[in-house]
Amino acid sequence: MVTLTRTTVAGRERVRGRRRRGEDLTKILFVLPAAVAMLALFGYPVVKNLLMSLQDYTLRTFFTGEAPWIGLQNYSAVVKDQLFSDAMVNTALFTIGSIAFQFAIGLALALFFRQRFPLGGLLRSLLLLPWLLPLIVSSATWRSILEQDSGILNRSLLGLHVINDPVPWLNSPSVALIAVIGVNIWIGIPFNVTLLYSGLAEIPDELYEAGQLDGATGWRAFRYITWPNLRSVASVVLMLGVVYTIKVLDIILGLTGGGPANATQTLATQSYEKSFVDFKFGQGAALSNILIAISFVFAVFYLRSTRRAVDE
Amino acid sequence: MRRTAYTVIGVLILCVMLFPVYWMLNASLQPSGNTLTAGFLPLHPTFSGYKRAFDEQGGNLVTSVIIAVGTVVLSLAIATPCAYALSQFRSRWVSIGLLAILISQMIPGIVIANALYTAYERIGLLNSIPGLIIANCSSGIPFAILILRSFMMSLPPSLVEAARVDGAGLFRAFVAIVLPISKNSLITAGLFSFLFSWSDFLFALTLTTKGGVRPVTLGIYQYLGTQVQNWNAVMATAVLSAIPAIVLLIAAQKYIAAGAIGGAVK
Repeated sequence: MVTLTRTTVAGRERVRGRRRRGEDLTKILFVLPAAVAMLALFGYPVVKNLLMSLQDYTLRTFFTGEAPWIGLQNYSAVVKDQLFSDAMVNTALFTIGSIAFQFAIGLALALFFRQRFPLGGLLRSLLLLPWLLPLIVSSATWRSILEQDSGILNRSLLGLHVINDPVPWLNSPSVALIAVIGVNIWIGIPFNVTLLYSGLAEIPDELYEAGQLDGATGWRAFRYITWPNLRSVASVVLMLGVVYTIKVLDIILGLTGGGPANATQTLATQSYEKSFVDFKFGQGAALSNILIAISFVFAVFYLRSTRRAVDE
Repeated sequence: MRRTAYTVIGVLILCVMLFPVYWMLNASLQPSGNTLTAGFLPLHPTFSGYKRAFDEQGGNLVTSVIIAVGTVVLSLAIATPCAYALSQFRSRWVSIGLLAILISQMIPGIVIANALYTAYERIGLLNSIPGLIIANCSSGIPFAILILRSFMMSLPPSLVEAARVDGAGLFRAFVAIVLPISKNSLITAGLFSFLFSWSDFLFALTLTTKGGVRPVTLGIYQYLGTQVQNWNAVMATAVLSAIPAIVLLIAAQKYIAAGAIGGAVK
């Protein structure tokens, strides 16, 4: 069928040779605006960041136009910075903590919503709300909930005698990262539920019916039927989760601004501060390049897992 | 009976997950002050927070709407023909294009902001609405291409062929046949472009340096500062900024769910 259409098209186009040349141009025009936009919005920034990270690019550059080449000095400066290892550890904790809980809770909720019950579909789509809210709105809301003295969380916990003193959720270096991770988990759950639910919906019912005959119900059904069939979707969800979480900036800036005492600084917030607070664009670029490199390692996994998902 | 129990559990889960949203609404109806005194119900609601929010953030809300609408128009205008090309034209460039889109998802916004700041500084797009619209297209365009392409893959080539036999050029066939039939996926892609742009905070923060152009997300951020002075105004602004998400979710449920799945997996 496909070859047939192709040959007729080819035949017709041979007849109308002049029209075909015009058509090739039209085809290029279909893609050209998007190609230019992608190059300007992604290609140019990546190249520009690579160059900037090798230059002494500071506020002065904007006035003098001079950005001397300094080799890898920006990289050695940011890596030697005493905040760097903290930021690395925080980025790892933030990413792993967020993903692990988002995925586990998301999977549990997706399995729950696969049970058919009245209003299930409506409830599931309303669940998407936290994911659609502007991140800065979520940050503001959680700031008010986690507020140390008058926030509703501490007031409730005190009232229930779970704690004796208010917990300084966002003001203490020892709990701030946990609080920020908690908020990010809340934001990410809906995304995980939606994707995992659609993965579950694609597992044919016959498999469960056949499994039932062999005594595979409940946990065994999950272990031997659900999980093997969900694996490819799950790996896509996890990799996307890593790629998106590792670059999170809005939530942290809104909740803690990287503080208190740098307890919630990640590579992304550090990169922002170097560029737009200290105006050391070269160092900021070096940090974000390190971020991209880490992201890229996971991206390779991601591309391989999507390819597998498509193949299956 | 058992199914009703599931519904009850489902409602409880939703209450827990959406409690912060309720709390935002509740806190926005409290009297002004720098402490949060709200009970669980706004028994004596006051709208002073909203009055203040409109006075101080009204202009910023309008700025955000203009930027978001601009992003939708520009993103769809650029993404739609490309999505069609990637779904129907046979070329080795198709897989290269798709790979480029996937890789683009890995590039942190701060990288784009870094580069655009220096470029905008030179061409005078800092502190401008067009500058923010262009920057926000970096989330709108790739997403719209993926959504639209996954729908257009299902269009039979014979559809356009028929029009071509009648003498219509490729572009005319695209406008007359492909666009109307893709209405639903265009709505989905448009809704998401709007939400992405409306929610943008990073570009608003980095690509504006003085007061002139200030989207509402930046307004909220400045309210938050180190010490919040008026919680009710902050929360009222948050509620107003949440309205597009809430309206879109309720009015366009099926489109949103389709977008969440289509954009991420395909």
